[in-house]
Amino acid sequence: MNEVKNRSGFWFAVKSLVSGLQLTWKHFKNAKNRRTPEYVTDKNYFNQPDGLVTLTYPYEAIPVPDNGRYRLHNEIDDCIVCDLCAKICPVNCITIESVKATEEIGMTSDGTKKRLYAPVFDIDMAKCCYCGLCTTVCPTDCLTMTPVYDFAEVDIKNMIYHFTDLSPEQAEEKKQLLAKQQEEMAAAKAAALAARRQG
Amino acid sequence: MLAFVLTLVLLLSIVIVLAYAERKVAAFMQDRMGPTEAGPHGSLQAVLDVLKLLQKEDIVPAAADKKLFKLAPILIFAAVFAGFAVIPFTPDLVPAGIGIGVFYLLAIISLDVVGLLMAGWGSNNKYAMLGAMRSVAQIVSYEIPAGLAILAAVMVCQSLDFQEISYQQGALINQFPGLEHEINWLFGIEALGINTTTIGGITTWNIFRAPILMVAFVIYFIASLAESNRAPFDIPEAESELVAGFHVEYSGFRFAMLFLAEYSMMVLVSLVAVILFLGSWNTPLPNIGPFSLAYWTTGTVGELSSILWGGFWLLSKTFVLLFLQLQIRWTYPRLRVDQLMHLCWKVLTPIALGVVLIAGIWRLLMI
Repeated sequence: MNEVKNRSGFWFAVKSLVSGLQLTWKHFKNAKNRRTPEYVTDKNYFNQPDGLVTLTYPYEAIPVPDNGRYRLHNEIDDCIVCDLCAKICPVNCITIESVKATEEIGMTSDGTKKRLYAPVFDIDMAKCCYCGLCTTVCPTDCLTMTPVYDFAEVDIKNMIYHFTDLSPEQAEEKKQLLAKQQEEMAAAKAAALAARRQG
Repeated sequence: MLAFVLTLVLLLSIVIVLAYAERKVAAFMQDRMGPTEAGPHGSLQAVLDVLKLLQKEDIVPAAADKKLFKLAPILIFAAVFAGFAVIPFTPDLVPAGIGIGVFYLLAIISLDVVGLLMAGWGSNNKYAMLGAMRSVAQIVSYEIPAGLAILAAVMVCQSLDFQEISYQQGALINQFPGLEHEINWLFGIEALGINTTTIGGITTWNIFRAPILMVAFVIYFIASLAESNRAPFDIPEAESELVAGFHVEYSGFRFAMLFLAEYSMMVLVSLVAVILFLGSWNTPLPNIGPFSLAYWTTGTVGELSSILWGGFWLLSKTFVLLFLQLQIRWTYPRLRVDQLMHLCWKVLTPIALGVVLIAGIWRLLMI
């Protein structure tokens, strides 16, 4: 009965009104502090009980985890165009066309020889489901996930990222080189075959 | 005419500051940042909002009662703005120093209600209509405790002239024509024998001249929140129920007028509260022995110093009250209609009647 009495009446109402004002005043006073954009492992991350919680996003942002899965990036210089990523992709968002090189075209940074050109290496980020399987299978670690997550586009076509380093003319040239080499090889093979038949 | 322009400019600048302060204060109390982009710390936000409103299309709904719809914002703003005519801004600066200022002010801001009803009815919109009806019911009801609280102050001061009431609440009391031989006693009780006429400062503010006016001030402040449709009495424009209340159909310049009128009303009721209860343009610092702080921070009447000091004290007190209004808006939840009426008719009005009675008796102690 006593408890009920304490929770009503004029002075209780006044007390509750004043404590409400005190609460907002406390927040107003603490508005000079502001949350800092720190990573979750930072000592301060859970240690900012008061002050403004807003981060001015485009100017500052909480860092994303290292193993976070966001926008894909392909370092085409390191890519051996093995097509593994396109094969494992569950949503078929990676499109790769390859052209065999006529000679060895260099080394990736981990020492693998590159034998294929990629006239087309497109990733459709609008289709991508950010599962990260492609980065797991990539033998040269050239396909990685970056911490970039803010890449909305007005036109959905811009969501297709082109990673090839060949212009269409260069690609055409490489194709012709390959065709020529294959012709030569076929001719040489035919000559060898003919020679063996004669011999 | 000069007074008209000056008052309008002053009012517009106060409203711009207030609109910006409202957003910043709201943000800070909710741990947000508020406007940050327009100007340093977003300080140009309110100006840009006004510019945006002026560029917008002026839409008059096809089914609206066009005459009423178009006239309403003008009437609402004119009613509120006319109230500023009798507000004394400094010891010798008042746009229209008429002897029955308090009465005129109460009468003219009641016209506001007609404008609100015109806006709500003319919009031909159910939300606008509901908002207008709630607004009218609320304002008409709360004029009673507000009027009674003002009456208590008027009874203590024995004057309806805002300027005379202002002079009474400070060390300059004997400089007002007709008050040359008036004496202020501490708490208004002559029997205590403490003469505060030349001490001035906070001791001669109405809430200390007659401490019962402290109660009247609280009643007036609560009622003034309701009269300016501020939270927690904002049921006429309850965003979550009525979209925006009576001004839901307005856009562009007409909306800007309504917005301006609403904020002007806040400023006006705060100014009236300051003038009637919190010592008007008088300094809060009293004269203590050789330190005549009251005279130092008042200036000489008729010179620039008194205009600057008077304006400074009046506006800073007003802004304290305005801040309190903002804080209350972001602290308390909205009242239900029946709670609103209960508070007005069953709580505030009886107390206000009691305060009027006690104020009358107090006046007897003062002479």
